[in-house]
Amino acid sequence: MIYLDNAATTMQKPRGVIEAVVQAMKTAGNAARGMGEAALWSSRLIFEVRVQVATFFNVSRPDHVIFTSNATEALNIVLNGLFIRGDHVITTDLEHNAVLRPLYRLQERGDIMLSIVPADSCGNIHLDVVESLIRSSTRAIVITHASNLTGNVVDVRRIGQLARARDILFVVDAAQTAGSMPIDMENLHIDVLCVTGHKGLFGPQGTGCLCLREGIDIRPFKVGGTGVQSFSKTQPQTYPERLEAGTLNTHGIAGLAAGISFVQSTGIEKIHRHEMSLTRRFYDGVVSLPDIQIYGDFSVDDRAPIVALNLGKIDSAIVADILSTTYGIATRAGAHCAPRMHEVLGTVSQGAVRFSFSWFNTEDEVDRAIEALRDISQHLVSNAHD
Amino acid sequence: MKLKEDSVVITFTSTTDAMAAELFFNKKALRGRLIPVPTSITAGCGMAWKAPAEDRDELLTALRREGLRYDKDYRMLL
Repeated sequence: MIYLDNAATTMQKPRGVIEAVVQAMKTAGNAARGMGEAALWSSRLIFEVRVQVATFFNVSRPDHVIFTSNATEALNIVLNGLFIRGDHVITTDLEHNAVLRPLYRLQERGDIMLSIVPADSCGNIHLDVVESLIRSSTRAIVITHASNLTGNVVDVRRIGQLARARDILFVVDAAQTAGSMPIDMENLHIDVLCVTGHKGLFGPQGTGCLCLREGIDIRPFKVGGTGVQSFSKTQPQTYPERLEAGTLNTHGIAGLAAGISFVQSTGIEKIHRHEMSLTRRFYDGVVSLPDIQIYGDFSVDDRAPIVALNLGKIDSAIVADILSTTYGIATRAGAHCAPRMHEVLGTVSQGAVRFSFSWFNTEDEVDRAIEALRDISQHLVSNAHD
Repeated sequence: MKLKEDSVVITFTSTTDAMAAELFFNKKALRGRLIPVPTSITAGCGMAWKAPAEDRDELLTALRREGLRYDKDYRMLL
């Protein structure tokens, strides 16, 4: 199989990730619960990974790294715990449902007012539009670092500067970029960073984290055991325990640490260059096919490694099915949990076929995907025209 | 089994603080080890750092200089 669905999850993991999970499953007790060697092993591991994540994203304090099960959970913790009634929130057409659905629900309950920055036909948003939507009650700008459909990257530094200058919290969903592009919370003026572990960071599914700048007040969405302050009737106020009730996914976090170590030792710039090279190679190989429609802005090189496309009017699900069954190429068709982006692109009924690349893909795999698409294009488009 | 020793016990409010302290003390080759908090002490976190009593000032000063947090310190036979 040629796996080109890395925007959904990276299936090929570094060997060290698998070994770290296995080692943890043989060794780990329950972190922060008890003082036996196994429990201490876990407590030390969890702390070391907090330090590692804090270094990786330049989080000011390791105890402001909160482990979650994925980016969706991180976003839910933030969006449901940050706002008070009457707050105004700005988000964009580019967002995944992990951002949109929590915000829609808050809006429906009358808890927040919501403005959505429209994307242009290339899938880009514009800073002046973001700025024009700011009101005196605007509490936060919540934005994805890159569209999971088009791969377009948002200029988070400029939006972060704008947010900081206007005293607005800046929340970034880095599900598509963590591990593929450098992210420095301080330089980008990010107050809250939501990350998943199982994509560009090569960790196991069920891992993720929430990174907070100091001084951000988030109400706990769940309460329970933390291993500390057990006689208090309320959840500890200090991070990370405040947002981490219940036993952590220590086995997964061990794998996540190994995944981040792999990215660090390989070099994130090197990974990004490789992924961009594959993305560009694929784009150049298919852009001239008859009746092909490619979505997103390919005039820039700084992108997430994603190419979403359609062949004529053919249902994206049919193309993806042929790619899988005839050519053994895994892609993702349909809506990609990005409803507004599909509305902008006019692909609600057709969906789109998304090819997404990772460090572990090769030029040969890309070339075989180009050939497969050329084949399908010749057969299907000519049949459709008959 | 060792006889009871004159000890300093440093407590923490969170596991993260205890882990940070342990890593730091080990790196600096300062004496002591993590122990379960004695029941005679009320502490937020179940872990405490136990060391010879004479090391108290050195340990607390090192923590403060490094900007690491602790809760309280106790002297006891342990």
